[in-house]
Amino acid sequence: MFEYIKEVNCVVEKLAIVLFSGTVDKLYPVSIIASGAVAMGMEVDIFATFWGLNALRKDMLTTNTKISKDFEDMSQAMMQLMEQKNVQPWYEILKKAKELGNVRVHACAMTFDLMGMKKEDLADFVDDVVAVGEFINIAKDAKITLFI
Amino acid sequence: MGQDVKVDRVIDARGSFCPGPLMELIKAIREAKVGEVISVYSSDSGSKRDIPLWVEKAGHELIGVFDRNGYAEFIVRKKR
Repeated sequence: MFEYIKEVNCVVEKLAIVLFSGTVDKLYPVSIIASGAVAMGMEVDIFATFWGLNALRKDMLTTNTKISKDFEDMSQAMMQLMEQKNVQPWYEILKKAKELGNVRVHACAMTFDLMGMKKEDLADFVDDVVAVGEFINIAKDAKITLFI
Repeated sequence: MGQDVKVDRVIDARGSFCPGPLMELIKAIREAKVGEVISVYSSDSGSKRDIPLWVEKAGHELIGVFDRNGYAEFIVRKKR
């Protein structure tokens, strides 16, 4: 599955993303940038915390239509435009990136406990529940780090 | 205009947005045998930069980029 990555880079470069936001307009760039990183032969580690993790609940995937407060008035028009132009849902884009490369989605342990989540509440593409120290350990070698 | 090249597989990614066509190409290249030729149709403006960049980085051959009517066709040979 990861043959291409091994072929292209001897030392695999990494993109780390802290996904804090749970609005659709921020979930899109996360999945699109992760896809771009996979395409360019990078590994991706996403640490989903707070609203970001909340958005990864199974029941939230298809029902979440929230966008950032600043652009709230454009939410409906934006959603209509995306539907009309057949833009794939953000989580489908993320799943495709996972199929094509090494993308790991980590649930923040603190949020997980605080919100009383169970692993089965979360989307299947969430890999594990990770404490912040472990994420920092994962992210410390990243070439690119984003907080979204 | 690439007519002399035998295309083994055509991917019609028109209507798909960035990075959709590139991801489709990567998947197809992975499934192809070395030497096979893949053609991708894309109407996404990001493809014009990203596909040639990826092809070079991944060590394949970009046989050509052709402007068609309202979309671009990228012809790529798997080299490795």
